[in-house]
Amino acid sequence: MAADTLYRRITDHANRADPYPLYAELREHGVARQEDGTYLVGTYHEIAELLHDPRISSDQRNRTNPDEFALGREGMPVSFIGLDDPEHDRLRRIAMRPFGPPHTPGRVDALTGEIAKVAEQLIDSFRDRDRIDLVDDFAYPLPVTVICRVLGVPREDEPRFHAWSQTIIDSFDPTPGTDPTERRRAGLDARSAMGEYLGDLADHRRGRQSDDLLTAFVNDPGPEGGFTREELMTTSVLLLIAGHETTVNLITNGMLTLLRHPEALDLLRREPALMPRAVEELLRYEPPVQLLPQRSPLTDVEVAGVTVPKGSPLILVLASGNRDPQRFHDPDRFDPTRQDNQHFGFGSGVHSCFGAPLARVEAQIALTELVRRLDAPRVVEDPPPYRRSPILRGPRHLLVEYGGTRP
Amino acid sequence: MSADLKNGRIVVVGASLAGLRAAEKLRDEGFTGSLTMVGEESQLPYDRPPLSKQVLLGRVRAEDTGLPRRREVGAQWKLGIRATGVDPIGKHLVLADGEQLPYDRLLIATGTRARPWPNPGEGALDGVFTLRTSDDAARLAERFDAGPRRVLVIGAGFTGSEIASACRERGLEVTVAERGPAPLVGALGGALGALAARLQLAHGVDLRCGVTVTALNGRNGRLTGAELSDGSRIEADVAVVALGAMRNTEWLAASGLAAGPRGLACDAGCRAFDMYGIVTDDVFVAGDVARFPHPLFEYQMLSLEHWGNAVEQAEVAAHNMVNPGPLRRPHLAVPAFWSSQFGLNIKSVGVPTFSDQVVIAQGSLEERRLVAVYGYRGRITAAVSVNRAKWLEHYQRLIETAAPFPPEPAAVDQPASSTPVPSDVPDPKLLSHGPTVALTGHQPDRRLTLMRWSG
Repeated sequence: MAADTLYRRITDHANRADPYPLYAELREHGVARQEDGTYLVGTYHEIAELLHDPRISSDQRNRTNPDEFALGREGMPVSFIGLDDPEHDRLRRIAMRPFGPPHTPGRVDALTGEIAKVAEQLIDSFRDRDRIDLVDDFAYPLPVTVICRVLGVPREDEPRFHAWSQTIIDSFDPTPGTDPTERRRAGLDARSAMGEYLGDLADHRRGRQSDDLLTAFVNDPGPEGGFTREELMTTSVLLLIAGHETTVNLITNGMLTLLRHPEALDLLRREPALMPRAVEELLRYEPPVQLLPQRSPLTDVEVAGVTVPKGSPLILVLASGNRDPQRFHDPDRFDPTRQDNQHFGFGSGVHSCFGAPLARVEAQIALTELVRRLDAPRVVEDPPPYRRSPILRGPRHLLVEYGGTRP
Repeated sequence: MSADLKNGRIVVVGASLAGLRAAEKLRDEGFTGSLTMVGEESQLPYDRPPLSKQVLLGRVRAEDTGLPRRREVGAQWKLGIRATGVDPIGKHLVLADGEQLPYDRLLIATGTRARPWPNPGEGALDGVFTLRTSDDAARLAERFDAGPRRVLVIGAGFTGSEIASACRERGLEVTVAERGPAPLVGALGGALGALAARLQLAHGVDLRCGVTVTALNGRNGRLTGAELSDGSRIEADVAVVALGAMRNTEWLAASGLAAGPRGLACDAGCRAFDMYGIVTDDVFVAGDVARFPHPLFEYQMLSLEHWGNAVEQAEVAAHNMVNPGPLRRPHLAVPAFWSSQFGLNIKSVGVPTFSDQVVIAQGSLEERRLVAVYGYRGRITAAVSVNRAKWLEHYQRLIETAAPFPPEPAAVDQPASSTPVPSDVPDPKLLSHGPTVALTGHQPDRRLTLMRWSG
């Protein structure tokens, strides 16, 4: 088939369960120009270069034809994921202040015990059953509980923000051939509602003591000044969505992969110390974020001999780079002991994943506990039904049967 | 041939970063023979960058800086003993206690030591320190804990500047005396040197540039202060001599190897030269003590005191020690180093002193967040970031491909004006003339150079 329909085929839900042959096709073409003037890149070294190239913008305003829905709206500007330096850097630094080094180096580490406890309680509840939906019963509630705790969002509000989050995620589903206008408008409305909700939560934390991010954002802005209320709203929306829509896929894709590779599962059961490396391999092999759709060049940029014109949409297919045989030996093999594994599971460069340290720990604990405690687990339906998004790719449900649980 | 190389006796002199990484790499590459590690210091290999940072801040104890092990190396360790010579014909290493260690292949990774204060009597005063080893750092940190009234740092290179930064962070009064016009100017040139000076002053450092310390004064064997070349005096109870490093090559004087004050010369495959410039086949060099030709910098012999270079060169040396000719690899890594001081992260790729011009490509000096790009005769040779390290990979690629200088003026966070100015580094004199060389290939075993003839 023609290379200029690749993006249409990649985003087609029918190909969600196994997009990897399409990525292989993409790599054969190097840079693939699509029917609508979008450029797709799927080879490792080219993606690596572009992720570090200061001529590549993440800001829609630098596109020849900006997506008006991606520009945010009055009162709800774009979050740092869609901005360039120095604004991106400033906002990200303020957000990082209470979350990680240099100001808060122990934050993620201090959460380990709590994450393990959440995992333990969730698995305890599997005891009297022989079948679970891994997504609804484990992989979703675990990171949601954690991100609520980190941000300072009441866990019981989950139904509210989950609905907003779904609407937002659906709104940037790029599936060509569908009319996105209604979805986009609904997405903007949901963003505004979620932003107001988080802004109100933060307002009530003013002057209070608590070790969550919302409290820190309003009470400890740092020497260069903190967020405006709008910035706080958009940044918090970003963190809440990213914190609970991506890790669910890392855990679910991870367990599915282990269930498909029983020898790897056995190995990890015998040697749980290998789990950190196995999680890196899962980030390579089945990354929760498959592609970055929002880049564009500030000037004509040559990529593998093709000139990508200034202002063109440029899509970096991270999951394809992760399977590039020019970079990874035997890339389609899942090898939990793989060395030299500098994958794009968390991207790379200035926009590399903000929450990566937390996601790593969550996945390591979640998978270690599942592997240790579920006896003879097996997938009921393979492939499972997938969620709609080709960007945040993962099963909607994953039915798993097992012989019993261990203490 | 190849099978023989995987066996036999290998001796590594120097049990720090380069020595350890080489040992690990030797085993990774299937070396099954006997491996002996000789180190002058009695500690197992430890990491030096924290010594001037976290250790002085009291966040990490000097004895807790041991290097993580990547694997078991199955070596015999001879620590706390100096090597005093090499017999390249008899193929053995001589130790201070007279023991002779026979080898089939030898790796020399003896590194550097701190340049001592030139007047030994003054240098022996209580309160005068250098900073190179973990023992040095432990003693200095202890002295900082005691709350000295003023610390004098002599020399404002990276180590001196980091020490001054640690002092200010601990609330200690500190004077920095630097012979050059600004801190870091020798490594980074005028523009960033001026930034470093403003930074030190803003953090309350008593910065004295363009002066030398002419004498250290003492009473009853204790340091009391110093005299400066401008006639002024400073009272200080601690002085840290940060005048750079000296390469540990004196012990090789009678070896017949090409060893001298600038290091032990070797080829791009880390094989040592003898004093006639003939390459040896069983003596290898890695780390701070090595002096090697780099194609990207007109084959000048570089000596680098960089953490990353120690690791990469050690790995190349180890690979080449156990592989036959056609499988050997060149050490072509682009030099890189970092520093943290006064709340800033400074990172460099390439060789900033190998330049005639510099331009701020992203960010600004005022915001203290920037990427400065250095050029030499119209091509990019280095880039230095201040709190912008994540962009450097891009500039490294430009350096590797001998991209034109100045870089294209289209980048995020672009400064209002981007006109190149003289880089104002110590004259890169004795530069050779020749074609520009670029690096190609992504994998270590596929790295190649290609000539770009011009004019």
